Amino acid sequence: MLSKGLKRKREEEEEGKEALAVDTWWLDPGHPAVAQAPPAVASSSLFDLSVLKLHHSLRQSEPDLRHLVLVVNTLRRIQASMAPTAALPPVPSPPTAPSIADNLLASSDAALSASMASLLEDLSHIEGLSQAPQPLVDEGPPGRPTGGAPPSLGALDLLGPATGCLLDDGLEGLFEDIDTSMYDSELWAPASEGHKSSPEDGPGKEEAPELDEAELDYLMDVLVGTQALERPPGPGR
Amino acid sequence: MAGAGGGGCPAGGNDLQWCFSQVKGAVDEDVAEADVISTVEFSHSGDLLATGDKGGRVVIFQREQENKSRPHSRGEYNVYSTFQSHEPEFDYLKSLEIEEKINKIRWLPQQGAARFLLSTNDKTIKLWKISERDKRAEGYNLKDEDGRLRDPLRITALRVPILKPMDLMVEASPRRIFANAHTYHINSISVNSDHETYLSADDLRINLWHLEITDRSFNIVDIKPANMEELTEVITAAEFHPHQCNVLVYSSSKGTIRLCDMRSSALCDRHSKFFEEPEDPSSRSFFSEIISSVSDVKFSHSGRYMMTRDYLSVKVWDLNMESRPVETHQVHEYLRSKLCSLYENDCIFDKFECCWNGSDSAIMTGSYNNFFRMFDRTTWRDVTLEASRENSKPRASLKPRRVCAGGKRKKDEDKAN
Repeated sequence: MLSKGLKRKREEEEEGKEALAVDTWWLDPGHPAVAQAPPAVASSSLFDLSVLKLHHSLRQSEPDLRHLVLVVNTLRRIQASMAPTAALPPVPSPPTAPSIADNLLASSDAALSASMASLLEDLSHIEGLSQAPQPLVDEGPPGRPTGGAPPSLGALDLLGPATGCLLDDGLEGLFEDIDTSMYDSELWAPASEGHKSSPEDGPGKEEAPELDEAELDYLMDVLVGTQALERPPGPGR
Repeated sequence: MAGAGGGGCPAGGNDLQWCFSQVKGAVDEDVAEADVISTVEFSHSGDLLATGDKGGRVVIFQREQENKSRPHSRGEYNVYSTFQSHEPEFDYLKSLEIEEKINKIRWLPQQGAARFLLSTNDKTIKLWKISERDKRAEGYNLKDEDGRLRDPLRITALRVPILKPMDLMVEASPRRIFANAHTYHINSISVNSDHETYLSADDLRINLWHLEITDRSFNIVDIKPANMEELTEVITAAEFHPHQCNVLVYSSSKGTIRLCDMRSSALCDRHSKFFEEPEDPSSRSFFSEIISSVSDVKFSHSGRYMMTRDYLSVKVWDLNMESRPVETHQVHEYLRSKLCSLYENDCIFDKFECCWNGSDSAIMTGSYNNFFRMFDRTTWRDVTLEASRENSKPRASLKPRRVCAGGKRKKDEDKAN
């Protein structure tokens, strides 16, 4: 999987609070929960993840344009939000591809320079996008295997502990609060536009007796883990 | 995951019950990659169901005539025709393999005994004719029964060939191949209500074709920037209006929908209408754009509404109101707090489809875990069902599912109740 090299053990905190805290780091600073954690650290992890995705996408022999565009736009948003932090130099707005390269250059340290050099080389190919209908084809030799993280990405571990959403096998733990095993007594439930009802809701709901823990694990894997592992390098079109 | 394997029948009150009917496809748990179904499409009357798979094959099922001797067959679908629509190709100029995976199938309205459909992979659209043959001619003059040519010197008399019945044979033949018009990957095809033209859309362009003409197409939408560095948006889906042959819509990765009128100008780069819902500031995140990306757009049968599917919701739009949708239905809101992880493992880029029922009173879309969701627009109620053959017996009613989120998942049965 793409981000295997970046997974970290989560800090031991109460799970629900951790999930809440993790996910609200990405919201505007106005959100009350953001105050719980330093946004710069989390954004840095998300930034690196996005850069990884961008490179991974560009390395495909035929990149998925939709995926590429969405990742680039997300990266721009993250860059814009990171501008005021001391960790990174100010980012010119609107950030363009060359500035991503500048950013990487500025934030890299000696240990990363080697891996960054190769990544920058690839980034410069973005310039070539304007020249031909699919100049991204020039990106590397055809048929180069794109699965599996290249060895240089391991060096990014040195960026520091990632306390964001980057987990190792704890992904299952993150989705432990979603229960898809239940059945509903009402055939057609009144629709709610907001959040789904909490477990305390709905009197008389039944659980099918034949569902067991193995099935719950299977559902979990289907949603997040196993199928993601089997996912081909480029995300589904 | 938008398909359903069930049939509906009213049960008791006004509520529609959904029953499991059939499962088609691979029997084993171990499914070959090529057999994975990539698209499904009913014909307009519903008597035929076409499926396309990653191996480039199309399988068409036909609904059996309901008859009194087998009342519980309830119009079951059986294999009608199977053919290889697309083969893998290699683009030598760009050194790229072109996948044979069928992205979309669209039926043409029936105009005779033969049936026609369009199937497309990433680059090439093909028009297929599916016809039945249940008679054969016998008694040719110039060739004998096994097809060998007869010695002309031995022919002493003329005879008129006669038609004799034979076992039904369904033949699929490619009638048109529409190639070399798309630089990027085709995501949509849509047949026009004029029954003469159709559109094909890729990430950056939409082309208009005439069904009879394969050597040229007309480009009607082009959003490719002069400088690809400025690319910020791609086309994700496109469809013709069901009645107005000059109107089409296309959706984008930024969650916007543009309606174009082909009468206003030849190149529809300027939209006639622009549909976008303002962003909700309270739920804004780094992933707002990704989850707003529209994966499917479908006009209602009436032509008055259209429906869009983004990552977490389905929205119904009134074509007369561009400022916001008239309905929003949450599909799996419990995923909203997990967006970061879903971004990490790329699930957030998954695409779902949606569809209207025949009377536009209900809409349906898929979710994860083999779940699909149906929203009744008249009663404003929704149901979650599971399309899983392990848990469903034929003709058994599907039990509605409920997803609970927000507390620790209970593995202990007592605690769950």
